[in-house]
Amino acid sequence: MAGIPHDHYEPKSNGEKWLHKRLPIVGLMYDTLMLPTPRNLNWMWIWGIVLVFTLVLQIITGIVLVMHYVPHVDMAFASVEHIMRDVNGGHMIRYFHMNGASLFFVAVYAHMFRSLYYGSYKAPREVTWIIGMLMYLLMMGTAFMGYVLPWGQMSFHGTAVITGLFGAIPFIGESVQTWLLGASAVGQPALNRFFSLHYLLPFILLGLTIVHVWAFHTTGNNNPTGVEVRRTSKEDAEKDTLPFWPYFVIKDLFALAVILVVFMAIVGFMPNYLGHPDNYIPANPLATPSHIVPEWYFLPFYAILRAFDGDVWLVIAVQWITFGIVDAKFFGVLAMFGAIVVMALAPWLDTSTVRSGRYRPMFKYWFWLLVIDFFVLMWAGAMPAEGIYPYIALVGSVYWFAYFLVILPLLGVIEKPLTPPATIEEDYNAHYAPKSDGAPVANPAE
Amino acid sequence: MNMIRKFTLAATAALALTSGQAIAAGAEIEVTDYAFSFEGPFGRFDQMQLQRGLQVYTEVCAACHGLEYLSFRNLSDAGGPAMPEDQVFAYAEFYEVFDQALFDGEGDFRPATPADRFPASNLANAPDLTLMAKARAGFEGPYGTGLAQLFRGMGGAEYIASLLTGYHDEPECALDGEPMDGYYNVAFAAGGFPESCIDEKGYHMVPGSWINMAPPLYGDDLDYADGSPTDVESVSMDVAAFLMWTAEPKMMARQQAGLTGVVFLSILSVLLYLTNKRLWAPYKNKKK
Repeated sequence: MAGIPHDHYEPKSNGEKWLHKRLPIVGLMYDTLMLPTPRNLNWMWIWGIVLVFTLVLQIITGIVLVMHYVPHVDMAFASVEHIMRDVNGGHMIRYFHMNGASLFFVAVYAHMFRSLYYGSYKAPREVTWIIGMLMYLLMMGTAFMGYVLPWGQMSFHGTAVITGLFGAIPFIGESVQTWLLGASAVGQPALNRFFSLHYLLPFILLGLTIVHVWAFHTTGNNNPTGVEVRRTSKEDAEKDTLPFWPYFVIKDLFALAVILVVFMAIVGFMPNYLGHPDNYIPANPLATPSHIVPEWYFLPFYAILRAFDGDVWLVIAVQWITFGIVDAKFFGVLAMFGAIVVMALAPWLDTSTVRSGRYRPMFKYWFWLLVIDFFVLMWAGAMPAEGIYPYIALVGSVYWFAYFLVILPLLGVIEKPLTPPATIEEDYNAHYAPKSDGAPVANPAE
Repeated sequence: MNMIRKFTLAATAALALTSGQAIAAGAEIEVTDYAFSFEGPFGRFDQMQLQRGLQVYTEVCAACHGLEYLSFRNLSDAGGPAMPEDQVFAYAEFYEVFDQALFDGEGDFRPATPADRFPASNLANAPDLTLMAKARAGFEGPYGTGLAQLFRGMGGAEYIASLLTGYHDEPECALDGEPMDGYYNVAFAAGGFPESCIDEKGYHMVPGSWINMAPPLYGDDLDYADGSPTDVESVSMDVAAFLMWTAEPKMMARQQAGLTGVVFLSILSVLLYLTNKRLWAPYKNKKK
């Protein structure tokens, strides 16, 4: 692999040489595992492993669930109860899968906000960021379709609401919605295709994971200083880095184990905490739940969707300018997807020459405000759309857009960043004194 | 015995996307926080209480309601009522089930066996009770996080017991207007509500609403073999506990697995922490 200079795999025995000439797979694995990794990575760099673990967990539990699930409107709900009651260990497998989705999103949000703080999205890692955003979209699609499968009240009416978003597209909306559902309303065709896609998308996600890893293995990891690993020589690079195996694998596994303690406690002691009681009522098209709320991980964007109602002057103005083509409903849909689009464009909206937020005195405050904003939106999304809540959601939504579209471009111009350390080694040695006899002796690559 | 604490749950109706007709239906209900044996991470079902609850279900609820996801054989499961198998056989024979295989494929009724499921509801408007304890609103505190569920349970059993004890005389405001169908219940949110009990701002002046189900318990409705009290509250708690078990029959096995998982993963975490510390030691000299 290109990038940071390091030792490569050398086949030694005749058998190894024979295989290496024909398929250099051992070399590929060696280079992947021995990737020189900045030694100053902090605990926010553990979420990637958590995400890979969760994806595998979801795929394995999902495959077992599919063996017992029936994608039929009359049988889906009962088949889930069959899993909960009659299948050996089925109740645990299902609760793992159900709460695994939440673990997935906890990890992905932590991962994303880490990138946003330390400028991991900036050149030369834009492609990694964009692939990551695609994966996030796929995750949301997969999670949404998975929530439909138990065919409870929230499954059914949530589907009606979410596919209704596409119905808001001017002119073609209704046709698009019908095409998505395979019918004019939510029913058997929708359940069947959501089931099919819910099985397919995780494997695309797995493929994109490989591309995502490939991309940042080419550019090298970012790190808390945002300073690049020196590539002038192998010796210089080794002062900045340590190989991924074993140093970061063990570190990440420790973090994963701690996270799994919490996960196991939730699955074991309050597995329905993050779910909605209404989904234990079989779907009934004739009875709409009084309060349709999406799962917690959609709430911030759900709040943005609802924030732009017909009373907001911007919505009224846009409606007037477009001769009513972009009405309040469609505006909300555009805002919701736009909120993710502006995030995806962060590499080009951020004009600062300094990568890491650690050395950006003004950026820091705006960033933490964005994190608070995210949680405020999440809370506002869970509240009924009445009283003060739509205003809170509106203020939160405006800040979300302002952060990416105004603050990130402006800060690069007006902010005076601090000077980051010249090298990663310097940053690392500021925390840990080097050995008295100079550089550490251990070199596990040999 | 009971850590009885009255509190109200706001069941607010929010219309998400169909803007324009957002009606604020601020129905408040009163749910009593009964202390059940199965609450908390180490909570366990009380086997005798589940058997009493089964008796209440059989003698009172089963007239209208069903338990269509529960098999008779589950009654002998460990972690449930754990009834002896011969008792389960005898109990199942009380019920008649339709068997398509009988009578040369034309089907016929036969007595149920432990392999069969309980019948579904008899009445269209009597919901199935198997999952009722999980299908009703959980506790939402503190600060709307719902974390109290970890120690106080999901709240579904409390809701069921509160509903059964929640029948009261009609409030005075209801006597002015047109007579309501059904029965006034302070724990029921989804029923009819008289105009005369709504104030100028649209708020309900009294909790609950009018439910179609007649009060099923009046006190001393049945005799328990173990001599337990048969007042309305005790019987309500027994059947609520039983319905929590029908909703979550593997709860005790799950908590056991959860505890084992937490203990072993904690040990693994400590080992990995020590491994990591030693691994990095050559590179991490603390600054003096």
